[in-house]
Amino acid sequence: MASRRKKKAQAQLEEQGYVSRSQAQMIWQAFRRHRVGNVGTVIVLLFLLVAIFAQYIGPMSFSYQSRKHPFAPPTTVHWRDDDGSLSRPYVYATTRAIDRTTYAAIFTEDISKKYYIRFFVTGGSQHNLFGFIPTTGHLFAARADDGTEAPVFLLGTDMLGRDMFTRCLVGSWVSLAVGPLVILIAFPLGILLGGISGYYGGGVDMFIQRVCEVFLAIPGLPILMAMGAALRGFGLSAMMVFFGVIVSLAIISWGGFARVIRGQVLAIREMDFVTAASAAGASDLRIIVRHITPNITSYLIVSATLQIPGMMLTEAALSFLGYGIQEPMTSWGQLLNAATNIGAMELHPWILIPGAFIVVAVLAFNFMGDALRDAVDPYSIL
Amino acid sequence: MLTYILRRTLYMLPLLLVVSLISFTLIKIMPGDYLTSARLNPQVTEETLQAQIERFGLDRSFIVQYGLWLKNIIRYGDFGTSFDTKMPVYRALFLGNKLQWTVFIAFSTLVLSYLFAIPIGIYSATHQYKPSDHIVTFLGFLGLSIPNFFFALVLLWILVVIFKVGDHGLTVGGVMDLHFYGEAMSWSKFTNILWHLWPVWVVIGTSNMAGLIRLMRGNLLDTLSLPYVKTARAKGLTERVVIYKHAVRNAVNPLVTILGLTLPGLVSGSVVVAIVLNLPTVGRSYFAALQRQDEPVIMAGLLFFSLFLLIGNVLADFLLAWVDPRIRYD
Repeated sequence: MASRRKKKAQAQLEEQGYVSRSQAQMIWQAFRRHRVGNVGTVIVLLFLLVAIFAQYIGPMSFSYQSRKHPFAPPTTVHWRDDDGSLSRPYVYATTRAIDRTTYAAIFTEDISKKYYIRFFVTGGSQHNLFGFIPTTGHLFAARADDGTEAPVFLLGTDMLGRDMFTRCLVGSWVSLAVGPLVILIAFPLGILLGGISGYYGGGVDMFIQRVCEVFLAIPGLPILMAMGAALRGFGLSAMMVFFGVIVSLAIISWGGFARVIRGQVLAIREMDFVTAASAAGASDLRIIVRHITPNITSYLIVSATLQIPGMMLTEAALSFLGYGIQEPMTSWGQLLNAATNIGAMELHPWILIPGAFIVVAVLAFNFMGDALRDAVDPYSIL
Repeated sequence: MLTYILRRTLYMLPLLLVVSLISFTLIKIMPGDYLTSARLNPQVTEETLQAQIERFGLDRSFIVQYGLWLKNIIRYGDFGTSFDTKMPVYRALFLGNKLQWTVFIAFSTLVLSYLFAIPIGIYSATHQYKPSDHIVTFLGFLGLSIPNFFFALVLLWILVVIFKVGDHGLTVGGVMDLHFYGEAMSWSKFTNILWHLWPVWVVIGTSNMAGLIRLMRGNLLDTLSLPYVKTARAKGLTERVVIYKHAVRNAVNPLVTILGLTLPGLVSGSVVVAIVLNLPTVGRSYFAALQRQDEPVIMAGLLFFSLFLLIGNVLADFLLAWVDPRIRYD
């Protein structure tokens, strides 16, 4: 009944030319206004989709080593027939030969047989969709009319003949997961300690702030490198190293969060509605959960989003140096680890491509965070 | 004011002490210490091994080792000897003017990024929502989103593979051509250093500038909407005077404050760039020490970065107090 009456009241207002909107609606509208931010959000969602279906979109297993194709350049996809007319896209099989004078590897196309790109194929390498549905399906594969298959390396291969395209897609899972997982650990810790510090003040505040200062005095990247070296030395499995990297990042970053949250809580604690609540006999817990937290939630979400790009960059740098993600797991930074010397980059420039994934993903996250920041404060005039 | 600075500076000491304890713990729990690998090395005799164990108390408990290490630093200023090169730690860390280069690269990048960021920020704010503003904002975001090491790799690749600078007798990486090391300063050495340093400035500078430009733009926009700016305009002052004499002077304050906070970022953030571009900085000797499990050098390196961080923080506090007379420092 109540909601119908409300709707009626709103309809009346709208007839008179007034528009009433809920907070969520206003945030959504402000968010929609930030066009670049919308593009960023779409790209982030696309990356998530790609990360989920990585093994399906990638034409081969991410760990499959094609012995005949180490450092193969990106496969050329042909669009035109021999007579120049448009054709279904096809590729040729390539063979590797060594130049007798320079000892450089040369890949030549065998143009006797065309392998057409076919979509939604089955019978490729086996993988588990969503981690538990075994399937041999792939988004695409290059097959000749007689059913034989040629490998398609859209972004070339690495030293061991593994498909860079598939590896970039599979690596995106790790690169994207690091930021949110770190936040998942560091944020609750920061909220708890920062909240206590700001709400109670006094000796507790003193103590927590001193602890924060110690953690803020630790130089981030150098100590993370040392932690990575320690993790590597323990001979842990790749998955454990991955979690180790996340925990190290969380240890380094919670202090900053606690500081900021303390400031927020400190400001809100002095507001009249908090005084009113405590005068009405509300317990501390109730004031924190029902009165203070809702006022900083949007702020928390935004600052979490804005932290993610930095985490991604740190993970990339660590993995690039060899102190982050370890084989057989892979991430964009770890893939760039192959590009440490100029000789390798000169001969095989495609090993730099994972960096482009980092740039696009981090840029998208930055834009998304920027749009969110503008949106959660819908009363501000843009 | 003086007591405030003094107190802030003294407060660095307990912080450094705790950081040193944390780093020491971390390094001691690192598996596979130097002794294990030294025992396997047939060139290391039993006597030298014993001498090392004696000196660093390697067979004693953790607390004793830490105490011994701390005592040597405080009483003799001795950070120990590098396990790997047998040099005193400060030499292993700073050999080849690494300290000077580290400080020089950090400061020059800082100065350059401010020199560029402030005018660009002003331009961006005075041309708000114009296409040029959007372009600047986008480039700023791009600078923020490119990993430093990747930017360095791409720049290296462009210079060497696309422009083939090697054909013109130019080298990339390092801070100067090898034969210039140890030579007296000359015009050709100076230009050579400039040639080697510009990629460094571009790579580290852009990521640093992005934040500064945004801050300058935001501050100036805030300031320009204040009543006193309206008053200045109403008095009939030219737009130039209004912006540069009235608005910018107030808008630039926060940038002065964060100067101290950007400095440590430039030092520890440039570690990866130093490795890619082969720069003679402390970051690189730290990386080398980490790879060889050279514990004393790793420890000293961590303390060095931490010290820089704290100096930056104190600098920020000091600048804030200096710039903003409303701050009380008691």
